[in-house]
Parts: sequence; structure tokens; C-alpha cells
Amino acid sequence: MFAYIVRRLLYAPLILIGVNLLTFALFFVVNTPDDMARMQLGAKRVTPEAIERWKVERGYDKPLLFNAGAEGAETLTRTIFFEKSLRMFVFDFGRADDGRDIASEIQSRMGPSLAIALPTFVLGLLVTVSFALLLVFFRASYLDFAGVVLCVAMMSISGLFYIIGGQWLVSKIWHLVPISGYGGGLDASRFLVLPVVIGVIAGIGGSARWYRTIFLEEAGKDYVRTARAKGLSELQALFRHVLKNAMIPILTGVVVVIPSLFMGSLITESFFGIPGLGSYTIDAINAQDFPVVRAMVFIGSLLYIVGLILTDLSYTLVDPRVRLE
Amino acid sequence: MTGIQPLVLWTDLLLFGLLACTLLAGWSVRRSEPMRAAWRRVGESSVGMTSLTILMVFLLVGLMDSLHYRERLAPAGGEQLAADDRRQLSTEVRSALDALAAPLRTRVEKTYSAPLAYQLFARQTVEGPDGSQKREFPRLKHGGADLKYPEHELDGDIVGRIGMGLAVAAVAWIVFAAVLVKVVAMSRRVPAGAAWRAIWRGKGGPAWRAVLATLGVMLLLIGPLAALATEYHVFGTDKVGQDVLFLTLKSIRTALVIGTLTTLVTLPLAVALGIMAGYLGGWVDDVIQYIYTVLNSIPGVLLIAAAVLMMQVVIDTHPEWFETAAERADARLLALCLILGMTSWTGLCRLLRGETLKLRELEYVQAARAFGVSTTRILARHVLPNLMHLVLIALVMDFSGLVLAEAVLSYVGIGVDPGTVSFGTMINAARMELAREPMVWWSLVAAFIFMFVLVLAANLFADVVRDAFDPRAS
Repeated sequence: MFAYIVRRLLYAPLILIGVNLLTFALFFVVNTPDDMARMQLGAKRVTPEAIERWKVERGYDKPLLFNAGAEGAETLTRTIFFEKSLRMFVFDFGRADDGRDIASEIQSRMGPSLAIALPTFVLGLLVTVSFALLLVFFRASYLDFAGVVLCVAMMSISGLFYIIGGQWLVSKIWHLVPISGYGGGLDASRFLVLPVVIGVIAGIGGSARWYRTIFLEEAGKDYVRTARAKGLSELQALFRHVLKNAMIPILTGVVVVIPSLFMGSLITESFFGIPGLGSYTIDAINAQDFPVVRAMVFIGSLLYIVGLILTDLSYTLVDPRVRLE
Repeated sequence: MTGIQPLVLWTDLLLFGLLACTLLAGWSVRRSEPMRAAWRRVGESSVGMTSLTILMVFLLVGLMDSLHYRERLAPAGGEQLAADDRRQLSTEVRSALDALAAPLRTRVEKTYSAPLAYQLFARQTVEGPDGSQKREFPRLKHGGADLKYPEHELDGDIVGRIGMGLAVAAVAWIVFAAVLVKVVAMSRRVPAGAAWRAIWRGKGGPAWRAVLATLGVMLLLIGPLAALATEYHVFGTDKVGQDVLFLTLKSIRTALVIGTLTTLVTLPLAVALGIMAGYLGGWVDDVIQYIYTVLNSIPGVLLIAAAVLMMQVVIDTHPEWFETAAERADARLLALCLILGMTSWTGLCRLLRGETLKLRELEYVQAARAFGVSTTRILARHVLPNLMHLVLIALVMDFSGLVLAEAVLSYVGIGVDPGTVSFGTMINAARMELAREPMVWWSLVAAFIFMFVLVLAANLFADVVRDAFDPRAS
């Protein structure tokens, strides 16, 4: 068990190095800094001097991997690869194109992202699991059938429509909450209600149907029949046996996303004008701010790997049969 | 000299190629009894046939929109050009759908107009014949232009057209039903009356009743729609006065291309790597697992964003590669498919690896190995055919997800070229319109309806395919 965790922890940096190499290849090898400078400066102002200035300002004026002009260890450190890619491992992301420090920006934007993502996640899980249990309780009835049809219909609607429809109905017609924006402290709740509710509703279709299949499979097993034969009511059997044993497949999908909640949701944050990491990423993509995109790719993969390790650990907690090797 | 010069875009070529491969694959597995049994189960399911019929109609629209050509223009100034001179070709690339829906494409208004309107949506200052100016809703150039007194005639005209559309639809449906009954009767060697009764009672063989019912409903919608579209803008017009119905029809191709061409990348990668990892094990397994864990660990949207941004730089710095704007937009669309494919093969790969791990321990595979059959042969003869159902299920299930993903990506600004009509670009544009007072809602509703029907049909079909092919289901 201990050895397994150590091995997983050692595997994590390996994967991060892979991510790092991949982003490095994408951002600096597929297109040279000259290409990027030309595109960012626009067609009008492209002169060799302007390109050179753009590169010096952003520190792209060095060789990619090996600096023959420097001495000693500097042949390796005074390169784009070292300064732009390797420094990310110590969370030194450098500056965005607008000159702000990326690391501090990320720190201040994590809060708002989490304020939306965490309630959406917890509420969403509660609602979808209860909904799926309800369908399983009434299985093979018209209610179950209608529920499944509803799920398929709901998962066929693009998430964009949920947000647009919700904003239109709740904010524009009913005037219940502001359409978008964000405030500090308790004031924030006014702005958070709608995105959270919409996030939960948009997620119901796909996950409830998936959980229903898992529960159904579990509910058909012998031990559940035994439990019923013993005289347990259907509700008791569902909650005491089915729900508990269905946790493992549910955990696989759920635990891995928990750390990634920090990243926020691109679409929700941008529609509701919430200053979180999701809108930060969207703004960076639209402004073609490559340092920010690279930093977000790095953080996103880091959080995902943490999620993977957490998933492994949670298995051992819910299922004593699982022995990690 | 006028005429047309066919133009095959990359996505057209691949789309038709994929279609041909699908048909060929279907032809080559017709002898395999399990495959036929599974397809028979799909055919017997009413839901399956209903959704398949809807998908076929969408596919028909998409394929018609994939036959591209450029018009030959008369040379300016009497200059004589050789017949094969590319300078005389119009820079506008059209498709068969554009030609068929030419009335929709060419009847462009000034700006917004509501569905079935005969006036513009906003007041404009109009100069009267005597030079006086007044604010009013100007008549549309095309929508309802034939009406002399639209206030009184509009309702009657609309009802008349709907009636005509319904009549044509009914005739078309009867013709189709008659042909179907005839074909069924001939294939089963029974009289037409008996075949009709069998279909009507839903007995025996494919669920033709569901097909006829679906087609009937669709024709009853399409008929009036087409009849109205010849005179009005059924779904209104957008900001620059384009017919919204035409835009939604054009979006279908983009959705289909993204939903299907992505498999060109996912399929070979996932199948080859998944089988190799599962069967060979050892360091090959380690390397392949490492690759897909790395790809998986990057958040999907960000990886796509990074790749699309880089691809944009490549396209922007090489304008000389593309002769027309359509070809550039097409290259972007294809690149988007490739990028989506590169980021989405990992799930299927992991699934296939797991299944191969199970298969390699089965007796018949071990027997083949003991007989000294070569690894490639074992993989091709014993492993791959037993994975095909998983591949098929994954492909059908991915389709709807990709169509939905396109909308989100286009919203984020890393989707299709802004010049390509797609559901995503339509929704994106419609967002601004909702903030207007009074609200412009029709583009959004039109995009919603078409996208919902397409994705719903795809989801239902995927469910039926999964139930039919997955041995564990049922």
C-alpha cells in the first residue's frame, strides 16, 4: 500500500514532464517565436526590428534548447526551454502579455472559481444520485421510463442553452437575481445562485442516467435479493446495500474531478462574468496570451494527477477488498 | 462561357470516403452471423429506426452541402481566356445545397426580420415620394413581397401555403410508402397487400412502421416549411439579413463533419495502440499508458485551445496555401477535427486495452499462439474482430458529444472559422441578440431546434446500437 502510493507519487512528476514537453513542442517548435511575433504584431507593423523587440520584451530571444553563446551551466539555463518550461515546476509562470504576474493572478482568481464549482459539484452529486435512486426505486414503471426519456432529452441540449435560457428566464423575465457579475463576501451569493442552479440542472441528464445503470446492475445482484427476502424494505435495501456498493464505480468518475474544481468552468464563468480561473483562461485564449495558456495547462494537469492519486486512495477507503499493488 | 468547375474540398473527400468505407465495411461483415443478428436487433427497434430515419435526413442535407463547385464567370472586358484558366473561376465556393436552396440564399434582407414577417424588425427612417421623412417599419425586399395588402392577406396566404405544403407532403409520403411496400413485398415474395398489412401491424423484420411514421411526421413539417420558405423567411433573418433557415441547414454539414471525421484520427490511434498495449504488455504497454495518461491529464479544452491557437498561427502565416476563403475555412475545420481526434482517442484506447487483456487469456487465443500463429495474424484474426463491437459503440456514442463540443468550442473562440456557418457560431451571434430590446430570439430557437433534434436522434440511436451490440446488455 505504502509502496504503491510512493510509486504513484513518483509517476506524477514523470507525467508532468511529459505535459511540459508536449506544451513546449506545441508552443515553441510547431511555431517559432518569430511566427508568433508576426501574428501578434499584425501585418502592418512587421519589421525585423519590431519582431526582435517583441521577442526581447518577452524573453523569447534565446535559443530553444542549447545556448552555445553562454558559458558553463548557462548553456542550458539561458534557453527558452529552461526559462519558460522548466521554471513552471516551481510555480514560476512569469508574466502575462499584459505584464501582470501570472502566479499571483491565479491565486486571487481561485476563490471565485471555487465558490461556483464546489457548490455545483456537491449539489449536483446529491441531486443526480437522489434522482437516479428514485428512478431505480420505481424501476420498470412508467415513471422510470419517463425519467430516462427526460435524461436523454436533457443531455441532448447543449450546455450553452441552459445558461442562455436560465439567464433569460430568471434574470430578464423574473428579475430574481442579477444577470452577471460578482461581489466580495456575502454579497457574492446573489450572483452565485443562478450559475450553481444552472450547473446542477445541466449536469443531471448525463450523470443521472449513468448512475441509474450502475444502481440497476447492483440492485439485481443476489445479496440485494437476500436482503429483501430477509424483510428489508425496498428503501432500506437501496440505501443500505445498493448505494454503498455502487460507490466504487461512482467514485472513479467523481473523485478525479475534485482537484480540478479549482480550474473553474470556462463557459459558466464567462457567461456570468465571474472573475475566476475559467474566465481568465478564456480571456487568455481570446487575447492569444500564450504564457497564461501554458500556465493553465500545467496547473490543470497537476490537479488532474492529484485527482488520480486521490481516486486510488479513496478506493481503499470504501472497499476493503481493494488492495493496491 | 459560363459553367461550373467542381471543387473537392478536403472535408468533402474525407466525408464521402468515410461513407464509402462504412458501406464497404457493412458489405464485408454481411456474412458474419453475430454482426447480422446485432444489426437485425437495431432494425427491429422502433426507436432505432426512428432515430436512424431522422439521422438519414440530416445526412442527406449534409452530403448535398458537401458537393462543392465554383462558377465560371464571363471574362471581363472581352478578354479571351483559355478554358482551363483558373482566373475566370468565381472566388465563391458553392455547394449543391446552395444551388437547391438558391431562393433562400439570395433573398437577403437589410437586417433583422421576425419569422414570417413582411416588415423589418426595427423602425427605420424612410423618405416618402414627396421628400418628407417618417419613422416606420419598412417592407421587406423579399419576405411577403408578393402581397399587396399584407395586413389583410398575410394570414390567408400563410394558411394557403401550409395547406399546399401538407398536400405535397402527403403525396410524397404515399409515393414513398408505396415504393417501400413494393420493395418489401418483392424481397419477401408476398403480394403487396400482405406486405402492407405486415408493416402496418409491425410484424416481422425491420420496424418499417416506425420509419413510415417518422418520415410522415417529418414530411408534414418539411412540406409546409418549404412552401412557406419560397415566399417568407420562416425563421426570420439575422443581423445582415441572411435567412436563418438557410443558416441552420448549412450548420448541419459542419456538425456532421466534426462528428464523423474526428473518428479518422481516433480510430486508428485507439485501435492500434490499445491492442498493442493490451496484447504485447511489457514496456510497450508502459509507453502507451504513459502517452495516454499525459494526454488525458491536460484538461481537454485547454489542450484543444493550445493546439488550435498554434494551428491558427500556421494558417495565418501561410496564406499562399489557400486559393479561396472557403478552402481556408475548410482547412481549419479539418484541423479542428484532427485536433479533437488527437485529444479524444484516449478513452477508447484504454477500453480496448482492457478488453484485449481479457481476450489474450482466452483459450482460442492461447491455442493459436501454441500453434505458432504469428502475432500480427492473431491480432487481426482473433483479437480485432472481437473488439469491433466496442469500437462501433464508442464511435456512435462519441458523435453527439462532438456535435455538442463544437458549439462550446466555437463559443470560446477556438472552434470553426468565423466564416463557417455552424451551430456554435449561430449561438454565439444569437447571444448578443438576446440583449436587444425587443429581443431577437429566432436564430437561437432555430439553432436550438435543429441541434436538439440531431443530438437527440444520435443519442437514441447510440443507445439502441449499444444495447444491440453489447453482449453484457439485455
